[in-house]
Amino acid sequence: LRDTTLTQQVPFLTFLLISVIKLLVVFVITLTAVAYTVLLERKVIGRMQNRWGPSRTGPFGLLQPLADGIKLFLKEDMMPLAVERPLFLLAPIIALTCAMVSIAVVPFGAVTLVKGVDIFQVANVNIGLLVILGITSIGVYGIALSGWSSNNKYSLLGSLRATSQMISYELALGLSLVGVVLRAGSLNLRDIVDSQSAHGLISWNIFGGFQIVAFCIYLMSAYAETNRAPFDLPEAETELVAGYHTEYSSMKFAMFFMAEYANMITVSCVATLLFFGGATSPFGHLFDAHLNGPILHAAFSLFWFVFKIFSFLFLYIWVRSTLPRFRYDQLMSFGWKFLLPVAMANIIVTSLAMALRAR
Amino acid sequence: MQLALFLIFGLIAVAAALNLLLQRHPINSALSLVVVMMSLAVLYWSLGAEFLAAAQVIVYSGAIMVLFVFVIMLLNAGEEEHTRGSRAAYLAGFPGAAAIFCLLTFVFLSERKALGASTIGEYLTGAVANITEISTVLFTRLLLPFEVTSVLILVAILGAVVLARKEH
Repeated sequence: LRDTTLTQQVPFLTFLLISVIKLLVVFVITLTAVAYTVLLERKVIGRMQNRWGPSRTGPFGLLQPLADGIKLFLKEDMMPLAVERPLFLLAPIIALTCAMVSIAVVPFGAVTLVKGVDIFQVANVNIGLLVILGITSIGVYGIALSGWSSNNKYSLLGSLRATSQMISYELALGLSLVGVVLRAGSLNLRDIVDSQSAHGLISWNIFGGFQIVAFCIYLMSAYAETNRAPFDLPEAETELVAGYHTEYSSMKFAMFFMAEYANMITVSCVATLLFFGGATSPFGHLFDAHLNGPILHAAFSLFWFVFKIFSFLFLYIWVRSTLPRFRYDQLMSFGWKFLLPVAMANIIVTSLAMALRAR
Repeated sequence: MQLALFLIFGLIAVAAALNLLLQRHPINSALSLVVVMMSLAVLYWSLGAEFLAAAQVIVYSGAIMVLFVFVIMLLNAGEEEHTRGSRAAYLAGFPGAAAIFCLLTFVFLSERKALGASTIGEYLTGAVANITEISTVLFTRLLLPFEVTSVLILVAILGAVVLARKEH
């Protein structure tokens, strides 16, 4: 709604057409990115464990995601007898939808207008950050319902763990972002990026904004929020078989799988936008004079964004292959007794510093 | 546009609310309540109250209802038995409830001024970027009610801790 009011001078049909194209392109790119993140993970973990990873399907194993996709499509779609059928079917849909929707508010390049419509952001919402947080909090239902409707004790335990873990870490995650919002004075993701674009690297929130503590809290809570190692207790295979998706097979399993990786991409996007200046270059406007033409300008902003996302995904994989899993009570007390107070302290210190500087 | 959204999501909200009452299983009822709250959030958004919409989704559908579902899952609550209900309730209850609803609506609408309606919307000037205005109003003119509310919630939390604490 806000988007239509902002672009009222654009003819409605043009706006609609460009928006639909944007949606399709972003959707396809995100799905492709999800597939190749899986390949990246298998390759990188392979190398870290001194082996090759997938290397036979296509050059460097690049067609492996395609083969995996075909395999999952063709597998028998099993429906266990004792499940709560409607919710069992609904759960993976909720999980995947919520994981894919939040990409819509992410600005993944410098403002580039084509016929008056910004092509590097699907929807420029005033409260973009809250939209992402809201969608993430709805995504919990996918996991919670999958475990309960499976009618399996391992699934139920896994989803109970996942739910309580996500509710607990959502607090620390949300509070760690408040410092950034205070500095930007807006919840609009575009404004937050713009507030860090002045001098490149040194005006990013993590360095120039002194939000490095907030960033560390965000990173740790994001790992817990996406159920990834070292906080992947909901699917701890040594104790819970496979956790909440034990009873799922074929494409229904694949939807959970894709949702997990799409969530990884989303939290990487948020970290990039809030702490690493989004699509701005680390060199600031130093080389702007050499980037002649809007196409080159747009391409470089896109490159920096993709590069930052890639680094975060690499970090995710690196952490997974190096750190052992936490114990469940350790996980909970870490979230509530350490991350939450530190996040609050960060808010107080940031607002105090800002108030002192404003005097 | 706004009318279309209102019709669609208003109908969804009413249908989900009815479903909430008619479902036999507590988890289905809880999920219907989630749908009601999400449709309300869309209605808020279509009226320009985007912060309220986001807060509705994050707080109600995202936090409170997840806890509801969590508790239902944890207790493994089964299907409820529906009783037929008493005849007196049907004969007196429904007309009575409708009458009270009409009376209250009438009083609230006609005596709005006398009751001292202090809607927060009164203080807001523009519908665009209302989050800045809401925070300004909350932290200046409505600071006392805001802080009193937070103390109230703190008291509730303390009460919960006292009740849940194990005796040593």
